[in-house]
Amino acid sequence: MKGNLLGRKGLLTGVIIILFLFILPFIFPRFYIYMTSIILLTGLLASSCNIALGFGGIYQFHHAVFYGAGAYAAALIITKSSLSPWIAFAAGPIVSAIIGLIMGIISIRLSKLYFGMLQVSLGSLVWVIVYRWYSFTGGDDGIHGIPLPEILSSANGAYYFTLFITGLSMFVLYRILKSPFGSVLQGIRDNPLRSGIIGVNVKRHQLMTLVIASFFAGVAGTLFVVVDNTVFPDMLFWTLSMEIVIMCLLGGWFTFFGPMLGAAALVALRTFVSSFTVYWALILGILFTLVIFFLPNGILGYIEQKFKKGTEVSVDRG
Amino acid sequence: MLSVNGIDTYYGLSHILFDVSIRVEKGEIVGLLGRNGAGKSTTMRSIMGLTPPKKGEIIFKGEVITGKKPYILFRKGIGYVPDDRRVFADLTVDDNLEIVYRREETWNKERVYSLFPALYEIKNRKAGFLSGGEQQMLTIARALMGSPELLLLDEPTEGLAPLIVKDLEEQILKLKEAGISILLSEQNIKSAMKLVSRAYVIDNGRIKFEGTRAELDENEEIKRRYLMV
Repeated sequence: MKGNLLGRKGLLTGVIIILFLFILPFIFPRFYIYMTSIILLTGLLASSCNIALGFGGIYQFHHAVFYGAGAYAAALIITKSSLSPWIAFAAGPIVSAIIGLIMGIISIRLSKLYFGMLQVSLGSLVWVIVYRWYSFTGGDDGIHGIPLPEILSSANGAYYFTLFITGLSMFVLYRILKSPFGSVLQGIRDNPLRSGIIGVNVKRHQLMTLVIASFFAGVAGTLFVVVDNTVFPDMLFWTLSMEIVIMCLLGGWFTFFGPMLGAAALVALRTFVSSFTVYWALILGILFTLVIFFLPNGILGYIEQKFKKGTEVSVDRG
Repeated sequence: MLSVNGIDTYYGLSHILFDVSIRVEKGEIVGLLGRNGAGKSTTMRSIMGLTPPKKGEIIFKGEVITGKKPYILFRKGIGYVPDDRRVFADLTVDDNLEIVYRREETWNKERVYSLFPALYEIKNRKAGFLSGGEQQMLTIARALMGSPELLLLDEPTEGLAPLIVKDLEEQILKLKEAGISILLSEQNIKSAMKLVSRAYVIDNGRIKFEGTRAELDENEEIKRRYLMV
């Protein structure tokens, strides 16, 4: 998949990364397997956000709601009903998509920053419901020790499941972006008015994008249930949404794999730096400021630019 | 085919168009001539629903379309080529055509490329890297992908080299032969006179003249006062 972005070198990098991810459980201790699982699903979360944010130009400021909703839906179905956990895993993303649709219908009437503000408000409502409804959601405590199917209950099982589902989802997202649907989406980002005059129903297209983005956020949320066996209200809190936006910007929000890279950076930073100091967010802040100043297209955006430079110059302008 | 009946359009509080009426019959090219700031683009934008008029009505193929959204008008068969001539810079030429809503199959990529062979040769290039003339061709090609019955061309020759203007004029005549009605706005009266069969002259948001090409050609007064000839 990376091959389309960086040519032959990129393809090689992609293959090496996939191979590495595959054999990782045989080399590294359990802690790193857990961390890599978290990176993968957080990367999927950021990538799904970036479909709307980077490629659609929609200010998706409260993406965490769909992540948390998917996780809670899966967790609640497993713990409160007698249905199979696999049905719960399928239901998570669908519930997210439905919430995405409802919130989208309300907020897509507005555009740009106003859309973002309304989304944050509506999302906070969902958060409050989860946070306060003790008898159903467990409130502040969340839900712990969610029972999983046998095959997923080991760290390795959860890891490979996450790897497979993340890979599959990323592939689907990539295909969506490369399809006419994705081209129209980028056209709308470029200029919504101009898209209207060539017959594109801008609002409906954006709404469909929001539903797709929420669906895959729900997939990521469900994966979190698999990896961590817990859910808690912070998963829907708006600060996580800001972290997701930072992941997208850090990695490069006009690139496909940028958010994944940003997620890896953020998760690694949180894990390692927070063992030295509680002020890990300070380090993140400084890093983020530096990136904004020196690499406005994000880390991967910068790398892509570097690689492309040789070819771009030779483009004759007719 | 199109009749604009006494429309008044505002930008916020400023009154731009005063009682503008225009008629376009099937298969003809009608000119909308006037100086910079006379109200040509606003008239186009009003027809396309980008700045809906506050008074008057617009009828297309016997149906009142006043106040309808631009994408619906496009789907009804009105193609619009704005004067800012902007393409989707991040997309390739091919993708710029790909994303258009297909109303019917009268026009497809092959037909559009055969009208603009120059575009076919650069179809995988990002549209942001095209020259002005190529971008203009692409915006027209893009409008054609929707198989329009009426094409609104807003100053298509503005800022283009004379040689390219000549090419473009030929292509516009080919569109007329293909049965597309065209409303063409122009400052460049010389170029317009080669194409149109009838013309309106607009100044300060009011229609000052209406008549055939021959009538306009003879009317030195109008040409001197409003078209700086």
